[in-house]
Amino acid sequence: MSQFAINMIFVVGSFALYIAIAIWARAGSTKEFYVAGGGVHPVMNGMATAADWMSAASFISMAGLISVGGYANSTYLMGWTGGYVLLAMLLAPYLRKFGKFTVPDFIGDRFYSSGARLVAVACLIIASVTYVIGQMTGAGVAFSRFLEVSSDMGLIIAAVVVFMYAVLGGMKGITYTQVAQYVVLIVAYTIPAVFISLQLTDTLLPPIGLFSEHTQSGVPLLQKLDEVVRELGFVDYTADVDNKLNMVLFTLSLMIGTAGLPHVIIRFFTVPKVADARWSAGWALVFIAILYLTAPAVASMARLNLMTTIYPAGPTADAIQYAERPDWIKNWEKTGLIKFEDLNGDGRVQLYNHTPQFAEKAAERGWKGNELTVNNDILVLANPEIANLPGWVVGLIAAGGLAAALSTAAGLLLAISSAVSHDLIKGSINPNISEKGELRAARISMGVAIVVATYLGMNPPGFAAQTVALAFGIAAASIFPALMMGIFSKRINSKGAICGMLAGLISTCTYIFLYQGWFFIPGTASFENIPANWFFGISPLSFGAVGALINFTVAFVVSAVTEKPPVHIQDLVESVRFPRGAGTAVDH
Amino acid sequence: MADDKHNAQAYWQANLRLIIISLVIWTVVSYGFGILLRPMLAGIEVGGTDLGFWFAQQGSILTYIVLIFFYAWRMNKLDKEYGVDEE
Repeated sequence: MSQFAINMIFVVGSFALYIAIAIWARAGSTKEFYVAGGGVHPVMNGMATAADWMSAASFISMAGLISVGGYANSTYLMGWTGGYVLLAMLLAPYLRKFGKFTVPDFIGDRFYSSGARLVAVACLIIASVTYVIGQMTGAGVAFSRFLEVSSDMGLIIAAVVVFMYAVLGGMKGITYTQVAQYVVLIVAYTIPAVFISLQLTDTLLPPIGLFSEHTQSGVPLLQKLDEVVRELGFVDYTADVDNKLNMVLFTLSLMIGTAGLPHVIIRFFTVPKVADARWSAGWALVFIAILYLTAPAVASMARLNLMTTIYPAGPTADAIQYAERPDWIKNWEKTGLIKFEDLNGDGRVQLYNHTPQFAEKAAERGWKGNELTVNNDILVLANPEIANLPGWVVGLIAAGGLAAALSTAAGLLLAISSAVSHDLIKGSINPNISEKGELRAARISMGVAIVVATYLGMNPPGFAAQTVALAFGIAAASIFPALMMGIFSKRINSKGAICGMLAGLISTCTYIFLYQGWFFIPGTASFENIPANWFFGISPLSFGAVGALINFTVAFVVSAVTEKPPVHIQDLVESVRFPRGAGTAVDH
Repeated sequence: MADDKHNAQAYWQANLRLIIISLVIWTVVSYGFGILLRPMLAGIEVGGTDLGFWFAQQGSILTYIVLIFFYAWRMNKLDKEYGVDEE
């Protein structure tokens, strides 16, 4: 059987499973559409949250970025897990006690203002749409490879599938399908990693393999990897970074952003009790950690395998002949995500870091520049092929990558659609809208969001994980501070919250757009996005933490010089702090 | 009523204390050991690299899990002690 057929069996089979579950659990009422009747067990909820959370960025893209960046990109590992600590302690239990459907619901009520509610809706939509762009990029890469089409065509196919899938079911369908998706994606991620860990280090568990001895050479794996990449002009894999300020701010942005993303927060409305909201965050992190502890092992082992493929006799010997390149390179060349150009005309594939420092050595070896360009986002998907694993493992990882992209895109679209139909239309424009009308508005807004994300996904602002990191920056700067101050301070009033959110949102978006293009439209950036141009060396990816600080400061200052919130609001803050008396999530 | 209020305040203070302790640990393992203090830990070797690298790629994540479960367990107990739990 051809690899294409195997891929199709895995992808179609897993999709059939999700759609069957979605139909089986089809949402009847609006309440079920949003929160699944408030009766999901913490372990199940944790698993669904993990699937919702771990997107194309985590599954497809992150290990690729770590693989290229080494230690410097540990930020993704710490940032995307550390946020759960903030969620569990600073937000989830109190928002569950508050007991409404959505994030703008809380902000609108706590800051007793439809203005605050509208600003929250705007922040939510901007952050979520940016996030969906990243998902579409990742799903597009996966579809293009496994259906053997161009990456743009893959993107369009992904858009159609995501749309059909998200519109069909609501939250309830999503909760149970997401449990299934978690199982598929975690199996798909860990199985190839276990094989590769056994091949390279004779160690069953990849996270342990990462720090074990490389069997072939007898030195520790990471030391071996450092030696190989150094020989080719790259920075050591484990090298420390100089710009620690940027590394700290980037990690912080990802952490705060995690706790400010509406589609993650909404998950904690679906557990029966406040106590369960705390457990849920813990379980979610356990399930997430299984992938996040495996990812750094995948990253380093894939880098080593890639280098060994190109330089079979070691980095000091000749590279492989282009004519004898392995099949996986040929396959990925079709998608346009691997490119080869024989600069020195010797018929061999030189992959190295063409820097001024390396020029002398390159000249000595007759190299005229790096000849193989490998898109970071393909690394995890190509990983089983690079390691010569059997065809069914390749099919499995296809299904897993798509599960990751699909589940998160669906969760995000749900958050966007509920913000539009529930918070914007029902909450502000037309309070008398029928249930049917509300559901219709929800579905239309999902459609619009997908079209926008697909268009921008054709020319994404970065690799999937980087685009997603921008979404986190926006959520960190706008939503998280408002929620946290709403719970932990009785003094912040509506004016303070609105000014704070706007200041955080506008400053962060402006900083990002300056370097990444206005509204992410290609070719409109004001400055080239290179470290030399960044203010104080802060990258656009890291600015969310600064934006959050601006948000907090503005909100405190404005609140301090204006009136105190009314007494009933202070009582509301008091009440969310104590679990007693929390019912199930309620409509207005 | 006065007693209730006193009780409520004590509960909230206990919660805040727990959060602060947890977040200090959270900061130390990630921003401390994983990033800023890495050069200081460079002498402690772990599998071909140093302890700071391990904290950045694995240690911090494992610590977060312990922190959340500890917090959930402790708070759910405090809820009962202060009589603010859900029946």
